[in-house]
Amino acid sequence: MASRAGEVRRAPGAAAIAALVVTLTLGMAVVVGKGAGSLRPTPADWSALRFTVLQAGLSASLSCLLAVPVARALARRRFAGRGLLISLMGAPFLLPVIVAVLGLLAVFGRGGLVNDALSLTGLPRLSVYGLHGVVLAHVFLNLPLATRMLLMGWQAIPAERFRLAASLGMPQGAMFRHLEVPMLRAVLPGAAVVIFTICLASFAVALTLGGGPGATTVELAIYQALRFDYDPARAATLALIQFALGAGAVALGWVALTSAGFGAGLGRQMDLAAPKGWRRAVDALAITLAAAFLLLPLGAVVVRGVPGLSDLPQGLGMALLRSISVALASTVVTSGAALILSLAVARRASGARLFDAVAVLPLAVSGLVLGTGLFLTLRSLVRPEDIALPVTVLVNALLSLPYAYRLLLPEARALCADYGRLSDSLALRGVARLRWITLPRLARPLGFGAGVAAALSMGDLGVITLFAGESGATLPLYVHRLMGAYRMEAAAGAALVLVAASFALFALFDGIGRRAAP
Amino acid sequence: MLHLERVVLTEADFRLYADWSIPQGARVAIIGPSGAGKSTLLNAIAGFVASASGRILWQGADLVPLPPGERPLTILFQDQNLFPHLTIAQNLALGLSPSMRPTVTQREQIARALDRTGLAGLGARRPAQLSGGQAGRAALARALLRARPLLLLDEPFAALGPALKQDMLGLVGEVAAETGATVLMVTHDPKDAQGFAGQTVLVADGVAHPPCDTAALFAHPPKALSDYLG
Amino acid sequence: MKTSILALGFATVASMAAAETPVLTVLTYDSFVAEWGPGPAVEKAFEATCGCDLKFVPAGDGAALLGRVQMEGKTSEADVVLGIDTSLTASARATGLFAAHGQTWANDLPVTYSDADFVPYDWGWFAMVYDKTKVTNVPKTFEELGASDLKIVIEDPRSSTPGLGLLLWVKAAYGDKAKDVWAALADNIVTVTPGWSEAYGLFTEGEADMVLSYTTSPAYHLIAESDDSKAAAVFEEGHYMQVEVAGKLAATDQPDLADKFLAFIGSDAFQSTIPTTNWMYPAVTPSAGLPEGFDRFRPAKSLLMTAEEAAAARDGALAEWQAALAK
Repeated sequence: MASRAGEVRRAPGAAAIAALVVTLTLGMAVVVGKGAGSLRPTPADWSALRFTVLQAGLSASLSCLLAVPVARALARRRFAGRGLLISLMGAPFLLPVIVAVLGLLAVFGRGGLVNDALSLTGLPRLSVYGLHGVVLAHVFLNLPLATRMLLMGWQAIPAERFRLAASLGMPQGAMFRHLEVPMLRAVLPGAAVVIFTICLASFAVALTLGGGPGATTVELAIYQALRFDYDPARAATLALIQFALGAGAVALGWVALTSAGFGAGLGRQMDLAAPKGWRRAVDALAITLAAAFLLLPLGAVVVRGVPGLSDLPQGLGMALLRSISVALASTVVTSGAALILSLAVARRASGARLFDAVAVLPLAVSGLVLGTGLFLTLRSLVRPEDIALPVTVLVNALLSLPYAYRLLLPEARALCADYGRLSDSLALRGVARLRWITLPRLARPLGFGAGVAAALSMGDLGVITLFAGESGATLPLYVHRLMGAYRMEAAAGAALVLVAASFALFALFDGIGRRAAP
Repeated sequence: MLHLERVVLTEADFRLYADWSIPQGARVAIIGPSGAGKSTLLNAIAGFVASASGRILWQGADLVPLPPGERPLTILFQDQNLFPHLTIAQNLALGLSPSMRPTVTQREQIARALDRTGLAGLGARRPAQLSGGQAGRAALARALLRARPLLLLDEPFAALGPALKQDMLGLVGEVAAETGATVLMVTHDPKDAQGFAGQTVLVADGVAHPPCDTAALFAHPPKALSDYLG
Repeated sequence: MKTSILALGFATVASMAAAETPVLTVLTYDSFVAEWGPGPAVEKAFEATCGCDLKFVPAGDGAALLGRVQMEGKTSEADVVLGIDTSLTASARATGLFAAHGQTWANDLPVTYSDADFVPYDWGWFAMVYDKTKVTNVPKTFEELGASDLKIVIEDPRSSTPGLGLLLWVKAAYGDKAKDVWAALADNIVTVTPGWSEAYGLFTEGEADMVLSYTTSPAYHLIAESDDSKAAAVFEEGHYMQVEVAGKLAATDQPDLADKFLAFIGSDAFQSTIPTTNWMYPAVTPSAGLPEGFDRFRPAKSLLMTAEEAAAARDGALAEWQAALAK
């Protein structure tokens, strides 16, 4: 018999969002590949596949491994500029690809700081081009993301647990094993899967720094098939292979995911023991190296951009406004969708396992295929340029959904586990529950996720190129157009504006979240 | 009257049967070995655990179809009875108005409840700034405000010292008297049962036995209870 | 900028207001319509004579243009496609979407170029561009370049038209020996970029001594930046040409306007905007002549495969390229 507590918990909102996500991801691949026969990948495709998996695997592992000491050091040390450093950590992830690459090259390139230093000391110069360069760039772009995800993991361990451990006289090593390792086991697979799938779809970074056609990724082959040769069947076949890879990674990560299950604390500020001696030196080193690795290329972006600021074309202002509006709109959509999905999954509503998979589905999707599918579907209904901005909003929201969702989920689960029964017993529902319990408790990951979504949306160049009309360019497209017209200095200046705007949006949302957090 | 009508609770390798009733206004202790299902029984009454079969009736009405918040009861958990990000006054306000818009009258009620539970002037604090005893009092203050006819206690004071716990049980008694509530209290301490509850339910070996007079039960404990008491 | 952030509403209003004047839609690549590109001037000049509204629709970069045409197929709103590269005209013709242009105006290309379906509007020679202050020992052939230790950055022929042009250049100049040339160049190539912008960006950042670009690139730096430090290396085997063409779509609902536009392409008004906006040679030399810097460079020999030759050579040359560089 059905009893109330065992009743199927429906989540119609989450189900609708999930249906939309599936339509937009898998549906568009079907639209593109409709009429595709049984196309067999060529040997070149297989070698592209091997390279894709290799570089994505290395990039994800290295980003996650390096993030552990950095996040740990940041979690337990307090120093001037710590907050700013944590905020700046969001920046590389948000850079338009070519801007990030040029920033990296200013440090690691042929005439970069590292090689200058090496030649001063008489050591041989290093070439950044090759698999190691690709991995270096991907670590640069994703280490901050992994660090932030881990840092949140550390902050989610209740202070009581650390006090308990301290009261038991647990040595550092044991504390690490019993408290921090379980957290890492819960957070790292998710971070690794996210970064792996991001790197799967890499194309410009891989090719530019890869040093030659050996560094071809599947996404480049998709680009070639779709834009250059217009062979949609082949593009769809490749997209499905890439999709399978991403989905496989997500499935693996799922198996590896375990719940940390720390239970709730009293919400006291965590004061993680900050051991002295050599551990202090190691932490200082981790923070210094990470800061240098991330901030030097960012600094180069600023230095390159400043001279161009005086030479910005007048169209830039509109492009900037357009980008900001798109970013704000897609942030609202993403955050809402991520919140609805993560709460449905956290309270184990019917279909929760499906929602969980669907929420990360966009990671495995090729942006090119998605854009093309939408273009093919919509152009029979409306003029593409008339819906350029709404479509860009929708696609950007879709593509940033996995980040916002994954950031929210652990804390949504903790919220349900710790305060779900209390809220239910007090009949807290609807808007009141959202306002007084859900939003305050989830403010931190919600703010961070919104920041990431906003900045990702600012930097995105994928879909707008298909839909934008004569004067509908967003800022990244504008930067691209400037570069395509020899105007490298103006492009660097516009890129700096883009980075500053992305970062400002990111910092705004992240700051709101952090301030609103209890 | 609370009536558990042939209620069967099952979990993975666990089964509990209960078929009894207690009169309105009674104070009943639930005692038994760890893992016997004391908390599960309370959670079933509160609506957090589904019963496999049977009915749970309050004044003749079946509670099973009702969501937890609409059942005529207040439950105090072992911990997490207060939202850490809200002030004590806000935590109390939730007991009166889930939308957190207490009227002037309700605000006065909150002030009185704080006063009544010895927390006068602490309304603006957050739970982390309270002692364990004060946190328990705040939870009781909210129970007082909610004034539901059933009060379920799932060992909320287990962490407190003996003297403090006695104080709290005294306060529970006062709250119950003021609201006319029927109290079910899980405990593993015979002294709590003897000092507070006129009747005791023994939970052991898959059965929640019908309530017996507490004094008589401890005077002539059945085997399951004497095993537990050691 | 004519429209504002409320592109949606404005576009609707604009299209309603413009409903009375006929609209000619030209599909082209992004940089053509940029505010610093030829688009605005061309639009103004054409609209002054045609009694119509000329609307450019940008479709990404040059490589993506043909894909876009195919994607839209017969239902395309476009009447004219402007910006296809001669390496791709055979594929464009094969789509069956284009109609014969019927234009009779003569072009001034250094080679004979005539195509029933496509009219040329500008052209350029591919060249390895370098910084005179840094490179002194300038190679005179691909073989010399391959033997040198100069570092170069090139574009990928699978995703960009200059990359494809380079592929055909080496093939046209060396034939069966092309794969040896590529093998010799392999250790000179710092990296291969997805498009021209990335390659040129790396070059200006000092990541390479030379970059595959156009002979007109130094003219840009000279005219726009008063920077005379860049030069294009003259190769004895000749320089491959990129010819950019326009064609009329068969399904156009404005055939007369489309013809007018194709004729306008050959006019002085159109051609005189090209050099300093698109930084290419105009297909017809303007009456005022070429700007400074455009006359500096005259290769001994111009190379250009016919559309059909280019289409036939492409796959084999690509395989050679990949095999030689993948090592």
